[in-house]
Amino acid sequence: MRGLRYGISDTLVLAKRSLLRIPRQPDLLVGFTVQPILFVLLFVYVFGGAINTPGLDYVDFLIPGIIVQSIVFGGFVTALGLADDLKKGLIDRFRSLPMTRSALLTGRTLGDVVTNIFQLIVMFSVGLLIGFNFSSSVGEVVAGILLLLLIGYAFSWVFAFIGLSSSSPEAANAFGFTILFPVTFVSSAFVPVDTMPSWLQPIAEHNPFTYMVNAARALFLGIPAENNVWLALAWTLGIIAVAAPLSAWKYRRVVAQ
Amino acid sequence: MQSAPAVETTGLRKSYGSVHALRGVDLHVEPGSVFGLLGPNGAGKTTAVRILTTLLLPDDGSARVAGYDVVRDAAKVREHIGLAGQYAAVDENLTGFENLEMVGKLYHLGRGQPTARARELLSSFDLSDAADRLVRTYSGGMRRRLDLAAALVARPPVLFLDEPTTGLDIRSRIELWDAIEALVSGGTTVLLTTQVLDEADRLADRIAVIDQGLVIAEGTPTELKGQVGGERLDIHLCNEERGEEAVVALASIASDRPFLEDGSVRVPVAERRGTIADAVRRLDDAGIAIDDISVSTPTLDDVFLKLTGHAAEQEGEEAEAQAR
Repeated sequence: MRGLRYGISDTLVLAKRSLLRIPRQPDLLVGFTVQPILFVLLFVYVFGGAINTPGLDYVDFLIPGIIVQSIVFGGFVTALGLADDLKKGLIDRFRSLPMTRSALLTGRTLGDVVTNIFQLIVMFSVGLLIGFNFSSSVGEVVAGILLLLLIGYAFSWVFAFIGLSSSSPEAANAFGFTILFPVTFVSSAFVPVDTMPSWLQPIAEHNPFTYMVNAARALFLGIPAENNVWLALAWTLGIIAVAAPLSAWKYRRVVAQ
Repeated sequence: MQSAPAVETTGLRKSYGSVHALRGVDLHVEPGSVFGLLGPNGAGKTTAVRILTTLLLPDDGSARVAGYDVVRDAAKVREHIGLAGQYAAVDENLTGFENLEMVGKLYHLGRGQPTARARELLSSFDLSDAADRLVRTYSGGMRRRLDLAAALVARPPVLFLDEPTTGLDIRSRIELWDAIEALVSGGTTVLLTTQVLDEADRLADRIAVIDQGLVIAEGTPTELKGQVGGERLDIHLCNEERGEEAVVALASIASDRPFLEDGSVRVPVAERRGTIADAVRRLDDAGIAIDDISVSTPTLDDVFLKLTGHAAEQEGEEAEAQAR
């Protein structure tokens, strides 16, 4: 019982530490505020006119997609933070303390949930200001938000693994943005999949990001979900089931030297 | 627990692939003492500290810290130790105060205590003015002091300092030494690794010299210096030609045969006290005039060179870099 209480308090202490980093590093702060807003505005006002989304205004089409993309990268702080801690020897300090050792990872990923909530507030506010509308029930909106937070949490674990596998924060950065970032574009997030070349369409259709974006659209816009919500949920839980133990394993390997 | 050793290791071994970092190390550190682990880079000092602070499992052998086994009772060990390392492991994106408060919370100090303890330590390490500044604005010396403060948050009975002054300038080094000396007077046991011989000489009650994973000598700084011949009187005569006469006159007070070198008479002595007056008297009786007389004390550099056949601060760096 005491162990559990310490586990929770250690996780909270380290989640707070992870969050404090964001306002103190100008590039991170910009990354979580100005950048997503600029992206929304660019897509709606620059590309939007050229992208035909039958049955939907482009702003309604875009917001769920771009929110999924941002929230996936919300956990990037975890990759940066862990790579930094390893490089600077802070992990050794923490491991010499009588704290719950798993809190180093659970604290980071919990911190990311708070970051993700902040991201949702920023993105939805911008969206609502420029004409986005929820057109589903309150229950569906809440379910959609919970699904988005779960997606963010899943990718925090992916980023934890990336951070632990990187030799430096810079390497983590390169790895995250050169591999994962383009993958999010080959999906239904920004354009309808049927406008892509025929060889690319099957890839985009089966991209888990497509399921996640389609699920978010269904839950926020009230369009038929088909089985997108369940597929998105299954992928998300699957990612957690793989990435969390993988990160824990990687962590033990990295520190045991 | 009072009489039990603060740190005790038996046959500690650790290898990284083909690199043998520790090849059977026995250490015994009395509570309340400062124990210096002295050796060049790659000697195995950091590996020993990492095992003793539960960061690393030994391949063989056993170690107890504050009475607890570092493998079986690792969690208990962590409640009784503090670690300050050569990297100054503090969070750059937090303030000095936030760093210490966080560490206090992770030690599970009672309500309100992490805050109070953080303020107290900042003040005793002369960091109060910088308490609310981000650590990334701190100088190297300030970071080390904060790092040391972080190791002391829970008032641990056993403190490990892994090369605490590496990379610091002389002034910061001396400030840190003062801080460590103040601590020891409070009864904390300190195990200190260093490749700075002056540091071990100044701070440690006992020193183990470690090289290539083995303890090659152990004793008080004085004992170790004794191994290279102890202290020596250097006497410069007004008339160098009377050197042989002086050697004969001083033979009875020397611990070893006096000899001539660079125009001076060198007289190894076992006991410094009284020997200068004694030497002066004997030379005076023999009618030999003295130009200058001084006592030279062998440094730990001399000890190291004699024990290992190589100077302290060289080689081995690649081995440790590989090992890590």
